[in-house]
Parts: sequence; C-alpha cells; structure tokens
Amino acid sequence: MPRLLLFIPLALFISLSFFLWKGLSIDPRELPSALIDKPFPEFQVAALLQSERILSKADFIGKPVLVNVWATWCPSCRQEHEQLLRIAQDNKINIIGLNYKDERAAATNWLQQLGNPYAFNIYDEAGMLGLDLGVYGAPETYLLDAQGVVRHRHVGVVTAQTWVELQDMIQKLGVNQ
Amino acid sequence: MIPELGEFALILALGFSFILAVIPLYGAATLNTLWMDYAKPLARAQFTFLLISFICLGYAFANDDFSVQYVANHSNSQLPIEFKLSAIWGGHEGSLLLWAFILSGWTLAVSLFSRGLPLDMLARVLGVMGIIATGFISFLLWTSSPFLRYLPRFPADGADLNPLLQDFGLIVHPPMLYMGYVGFSVAFAFAIAALLSGRLDAAWARWSRPWTNVAWAFLGAGITLGSWWAYYELGWGGWWFWDPVENASLMPWLVGTALIHSLAVTEKRGVFKSWTLLLAIFAFSLSLLGTFLVRSGVLTSVHAFASDPERGFFILVLLLLTIGGSLTLYAFKAPNVKSESSFGWLSREMLLLINNVFLVVMAITVLLGTLYPLLIDALGSGKISVGPPYFNALFVPIMSLLALSMGISGAARWRQTSVAGLKKQLFVPAIISLVVGIIFPFIYGDGFNFRVFLGITVSTWVIATTAKEFKDKFRNANSITAKLSQLTPSYYGMMLAHVGVAVVAIGITLVSTYSEERDMRMAPGDKIELADYQFEFKGAKKVKGANFTADEGTIEVTLEGEPVVTLYPQKRHYTVKRSMMTEASIDAGLFRDLYLAMGEPLGDDGAWAIRVHYKPYVRWLWLGGLFMALGGILTVFDKRYRKKSTGEVAHA
Amino acid sequence: MLRFFILVLLSITSAYAAIDTYEFKDKDKELRFHELSADMRCPKCQNQNLADSNAAIATDLKQKIYLMLEADKSDTEIVDYMVARYGDFVLYEPRFNAQNAVLWLGPGVLLLLGLIVVIWLTRSRNNKNAENTEQVPELDAKQAKALQQLLNKDKKS
Repeated sequence: MPRLLLFIPLALFISLSFFLWKGLSIDPRELPSALIDKPFPEFQVAALLQSERILSKADFIGKPVLVNVWATWCPSCRQEHEQLLRIAQDNKINIIGLNYKDERAAATNWLQQLGNPYAFNIYDEAGMLGLDLGVYGAPETYLLDAQGVVRHRHVGVVTAQTWVELQDMIQKLGVNQ
Repeated sequence: MIPELGEFALILALGFSFILAVIPLYGAATLNTLWMDYAKPLARAQFTFLLISFICLGYAFANDDFSVQYVANHSNSQLPIEFKLSAIWGGHEGSLLLWAFILSGWTLAVSLFSRGLPLDMLARVLGVMGIIATGFISFLLWTSSPFLRYLPRFPADGADLNPLLQDFGLIVHPPMLYMGYVGFSVAFAFAIAALLSGRLDAAWARWSRPWTNVAWAFLGAGITLGSWWAYYELGWGGWWFWDPVENASLMPWLVGTALIHSLAVTEKRGVFKSWTLLLAIFAFSLSLLGTFLVRSGVLTSVHAFASDPERGFFILVLLLLTIGGSLTLYAFKAPNVKSESSFGWLSREMLLLINNVFLVVMAITVLLGTLYPLLIDALGSGKISVGPPYFNALFVPIMSLLALSMGISGAARWRQTSVAGLKKQLFVPAIISLVVGIIFPFIYGDGFNFRVFLGITVSTWVIATTAKEFKDKFRNANSITAKLSQLTPSYYGMMLAHVGVAVVAIGITLVSTYSEERDMRMAPGDKIELADYQFEFKGAKKVKGANFTADEGTIEVTLEGEPVVTLYPQKRHYTVKRSMMTEASIDAGLFRDLYLAMGEPLGDDGAWAIRVHYKPYVRWLWLGGLFMALGGILTVFDKRYRKKSTGEVAHA
Repeated sequence: MLRFFILVLLSITSAYAAIDTYEFKDKDKELRFHELSADMRCPKCQNQNLADSNAAIATDLKQKIYLMLEADKSDTEIVDYMVARYGDFVLYEPRFNAQNAVLWLGPGVLLLLGLIVVIWLTRSRNNKNAENTEQVPELDAKQAKALQQLLNKDKKS
C-alpha cells in the first residue's frame, strides 16, 4: 500500500479536530432568526393598554425600533426590565413591546408596578404574531430598521453589554441611510 | 474526611498511571526485564486506588454527605438507596470516575489473564492503557473532580436525582456501556503494542480477540439496555432516536463489529493485518470521540451532561494526543506489515472485507450525520438539523446489503470459492427467504408492503443461510452428538450473534410498519379500540411513592371479550425537583407490547389525555441485541484461548 | 451561566410525554399530522421533535400544523411555512441542496469507493503473487527424474 495513503486517516482526523475545536466556541442551542434581512410580518393586533386600538406595522415604520418580546410568566423578562427602562430613558430608540401569550390584567399590573419602557405594547394573546416572527421563547429582542426590516435578534436577557452592541448596530443603520 | 481520601486516592492513582505509562514502555524499548516487570504490580496499584476513590464517592452518597457538591447536586435524603449509589454515575464528574475505574479494571484483567503473552508485549499493552488512564485521571483531577466541597455552608438536603434517572435502567445501562467503550481500549492497546514492537505477525490477533469480543458484547448489551430503558421510561414508546449521544455509542459498536471479524481473518489467515490495526485504532477513537461529544457541549442532546467548553477543550487535547499519536504511528509502521497468505477475488476473505466496508461506511454515515450540523455551523452557513429521516434513509439500505452479504460470506470458502459452488449452497435459502418475505405481509398485515418484504426476506436469508451452514457441518459426521460437542463455543457464539442480527431486523421492520397509536381524551367509562384490543378507562386516583406523588390511572384491556390485563399508568410529581414525569404502563409480550401513558387532566369530569400504543415485535429488538451480546461472550470460552499456542497460521 | 442553568432546569421539567388530543375526521390527515410533527424539530428543546416535546412553542407549532391540515394545506406548504419562520433548523430531514450534497451523497460515494478500492487492491495483490510464482524456474530433466523418484518412494510408504 503506497505509503502516502496511510497518512489519510491522520489527515482526516486533523481536519475533523479543527471543526471540533471551532465547535467549542459555538452554542448549538442558539438559533439565529430566520427573518434576518426580511420584513417584519404584517399584523393587526390590539394594543395592551388601550384594547380598542388596533395596531399594525404602520405604527412603527419610519425609524429604527426595538421590539421586545416579554411576558409576566417569564422570570428573565423581570431581570431585563430595569435595563429596558434605562434604554427607554436614553431616548435613542423606541421600544415596542410584544406581550407574548400573556393575560391582559397581569401584564397591565406588571407595567404599572415596575414601570413602562415601551412606546406601546402589542397584545399577542395567542402568540400568532410571535409564531410569524419565529419567536421560540421569551425574552427576545429584535432590532428593526426604518423600513421595518429585521436586522438582528437577541435571545435572552438584555444586559448593559447587549445595549452597547445594539447601539453599535443602530449607528450603522443610521449611516446606511 | 472521606471525600478528601477519595481525592487523594485519585492523585495516587494518577501517579501510578503515569509510572505505568512510562516505565514498562521504556523497558520494552530497551528490553529491560526489570522495568517491564513493573507493569503488573503498577496495574494492580492503579486499580486499588481507583477502587478506593470510587468507594469513597459511594460512601459520600450513601451517607447523604451534602457538603460534597456532586452529591448535593445529584442526590437527596429521600432518594432510595439503590439510586443514591447509582447517582455516582448520574452526572459528569462521577461518570468520568466510573470510566477511569473501569479502565483500571480492564488493565488489571489484562495483567491477570495474560499468561501466554510475551513480557514485552504485555508491558507495552499495559503501558498504553496507562497512558490513557493518565489522560483521564488528569482530566478528572484538573477539571472535573467529584470530590469538591460546598464549605463552610452546604445545603441541608440535595437537589435530587433527575426523575428520569430514578430507574433500574440507571443501575445497569451506564456501567455496561462503559465496559464496552473502555474495553475497546484493550484492542487499541494491543494494536499499538504490535506497531511499537514491530512484531506484526498474526499472534497479536489471537491475543486480542477474546478481549475485543467481550468489549463488543458489553457495548452491544449497553446499547440494547439504553434502547429498552428509553422505551419504557420516556413515555412516547420510541426506542431509537438517532440522538448524538445514542450515535456516539453506535459508531464504535459498528466499527467494533468490523473489527471482531477482521481479527478473526487475521488470526486464521494472516491477512488484513494493516486494516485490522487501523480498525482497532478507529474503534477506540470513536469511543473517545463519543466522550468528547457528550461532555463538551458541542452538540445538543437530551442525554448530554451539562458540561462547558473548557472541559471540551481538555478532552480535545486528549483526543489529539491519543488518536493523532496512534494514527501517526500507524502511518509510519504499517508498511512493515506483511501478509502471510493470499486469497482470490471470490473468497471468504474478500467477502468479509466487503462486509467490513459496509460496516465502516455505516459508521461513517452516522458520524457524518451527527457532525454535519456542527460542520455547517462552523463554516458559518447557518443552523441545520439532521435527524431520523436522514439516518433511516441511508442506514437501512446499507444494512440490507450487509445482511445479504452476510449470507453469502457464510457459504464461501477460504481462499477461493466458485460461483457455481455458491449458487448450489445458497439456492434453497434464497428461495425460502423470498417466499417467506412475499407471503408474510399478506398473512400478518393487510397486503403487500415493500418495507416488510425487504426486512423479512433479508432476515430470513440470514437465518436460513446460517442454518444451512450449520446443517452442512453434519454431512460427514458419524454421530450428531459427537459433532455437536466438536463444534467450538466460537462457532455457537457466531451463530447466535448472526441469528441475533436477523431477530433485530425483524423487530425493527415489524414495529416500524405495524405499530398503531391513538392519543385520546378519555373520561371514566370511555372505551376505545386499537388493533383488536379494547381499552376501558376506569378513572384516576392519587397515590404516593417514596419521593413523589402521582395520579394513577386504571385501564382494563380486553381482547374479544376476554380480559387480558389491567394497566396502571402514572403521572408523577417529584416533590424536590418539582418536575413531572410520565410513568408508562406496559403489558409486555414476545409478539406485542401494549403501551399506555397518561398526559394531562382535561376537564372536570375526570377525563385525561391518554396515549395507547400497540407495538408488535418490539421485544425482538432487545432480544436480538441480547443474542448478539451473548454470542460475543460465548466465543471467549473457546479452549484455544486457554491453551498455550504457538499461534500458527495458514501459509500461502 | 444563570440563563444556561434556567434552560437546563426548564428542560428537565419537560420530562413527560406530550399527549395532544387532536380530533381528525380524516385518517389520512391524522397520519400526516403524526409524520409532520415527528419530522420537525422543537426550536427550543434539547433535540426533540414536536411530537415528543411539551414545550410551549412545540404545542403552538403542533396546533398550527393541525389548523393548516384542516385548511387542506399540502405538506410542502406546511413545511415551507415553518422554515420561513424558524429556518432549516426545524427540519429533521435536511434539504437536498448544494450545501447538503456531501451529506446525502457522501455515504453512497464512499461505499462505491470502498468496494472499488478493495477489489483493486486484491487484484493487484494477486497479480504481484502471480508474478512471484512465475519466477519459479522450470525443473530440468535430471531434477524432474529425481523428483519422480522421491514421489514414488513416498507412494510406497
């Protein structure tokens, strides 16, 4: 058997190891949004606090916006709430809330007690808008550009670090326009 | 105090492993008998201290020592004692200790049962096993010690063992599996020793075979137990999900199957030496790769230990050193291997080689499917999933080809066989198989079904060809009983294992085609019918267990008016972990299982969501697995492994 | 780390079978429902299909599949719907495209390659052996006679 061929198993193993090494820095459970660079889905859903008002995409197109998926049954949402309040105070970008599969009374109470960082809240009771968006668990935060195209999704708690990264992205959006 | 003793014993074991890794190998290289003689006592010492360490951990569990982090995370004072002890291997650190302990056990066994082995060979084999042990014990001590403490404040009670693990399956499945995984290190060590010594005659194959067969049998038994456990424990009646961790155990088994056959040919005919060496390295490499996949967090799995990438990096380094080192050694030394006989292109040797190719391709298919999502992600091309549809689509055809080839190989002669001879031998089994395959779906099912035809034909083919080969042995025999006792345990083991393959194939074919399942809302008094059985839900009541409360349903099963069985599925609520678990109720039978599970309570009338499964021939899956494992064990009772032999081989 | 821990806890609590009681009037649709929910992955779980998972998102997706089946949508439409929202990740049967060509064709190619290599190696080996045996010189007349005598002696004994 030609000598060089005997090195093939070794060569294959080394290339495999390279991929395994790369794999160590990847989180296999992190799922990127399927809607990146695609428009935010159309919807006609009631608002949380003013139940007669029907919201749609037109209500936030025009400038970049953050859409935050939250619910009262989600403990991590409670964790990130303070950071969201700080972001709202910064006044650099509006936060739209997507109240996901929640109860109106509980959600209203929550906002009254803890503060309301949201410009307005979409009351997605059945989670159908969430489904169209590709939400798989709260909390999730989406960055949309001025045309309503999804540019980034952050899964999990929004921390101060996350806000720094988001601000970078918002800046880049501004430059491109 | 005891946990610290355990840690200290581990450190001592590391010391002994390290010396075992260095001294005997150096002694073998310089033919220093004194240094080579150290191998046996070092193996004993290594084992002793790992045993002490293992017992210390067991002691901590048995005495509810919740100051030990590992015990606090995996146990509870209300946990039944058998689970407290099995919880030793219920998590990452403890199972790694089990791994190292079993490795030291195999090392000890090799040192005890190697009377016919030349000293330098024994020294090298034990030395290589010492190297592996050094790696694993280092990993334990540096990143995954089970003896870390929560001091000064420790919890009053533990976090309890995951309810899914509080089961008989936990007591048997991991130890069996590890016996197999780790056992392949012996074949690996023999291969490396052969490469190092340059002594590449077929004798090492003879020494290696019993160890490899037993390891293979244990791994097969472990996989079978895992499948059986998942079936009755998880509540959805599945028995194989192509989950990465399941695949991690199947891959070394497939390559191990190729290995045991390749070793047989190398021992008998002195050929395939280079290929067999590569297979031995490959099988153990897959064991190690499995360890990496399960503990590094690189792949998602319900089975994976919650581990972090730092540990993964350590294991990757271990992999690079062990597998990289052995493959490099192979590349340099394998050209020195010479074949001792030759064979024609239609011969048993050739057919066994082709079967090897099938098995290795099957293993690589599983590897490819398991790692492909990782490959794609690492290349930045997004996230994909590879699951049962892929594996089933590719695995089944190759498996069928292998089964066909199995039958032909049995009829082929060594060295040269004729097409005419094969045709004559195989004509009757072929006809029988085709007839049975065609008729079966009509009799058992309701009409022709290609999948059933394929599965049954191929399984019958394996059984028929095995039977024919067995019958032919008596052609020239004077007395049947004399011939029966003349046939070796090896031969009986082979027959049993091959029949086991057919039994598994039949089980898989029938259970995947003819299963029936209904998920129904049932209120007390409701009846449903499935596969000719009638199921009547009598209602649910509350019951209490050792560390759980449950809603227990009562379902009466009748067949054509005659009562068959009453089943009691449970929906358990474990108090400590505050989690829920479905405990299915199964009426097991050789030809069918009736499987009931409870879902959620629906409504105020006492109605529940109930799942009813009819699973025909599902037990054949595990019966076949058992046959294969027993067959493997049987082969080591061959007298020739107990005699001192010169290891003669057929020459061309 | 905490988030990971919470995820682990949440997944541990999903330790029970998901039993959904969807009523199908059409047996065919019921079969398709079982197949679709078995071949699609729960986006959130640790490698479970929709059928076996009781996570909230899995229940929602199954509900959606049920509704779409009742609305007479085809399997392709349902699958495309899910992929548009959750990506290829949600399919357990990877699509056959350029990216996945190696995955689907690799084993077959490898099998053919393996068989070809094995046959070629054996042939070249046998040819080498044949060459070696050809080098055995023929016996001359004197040696042939000696051989015959030896053989005859053997026959008598």
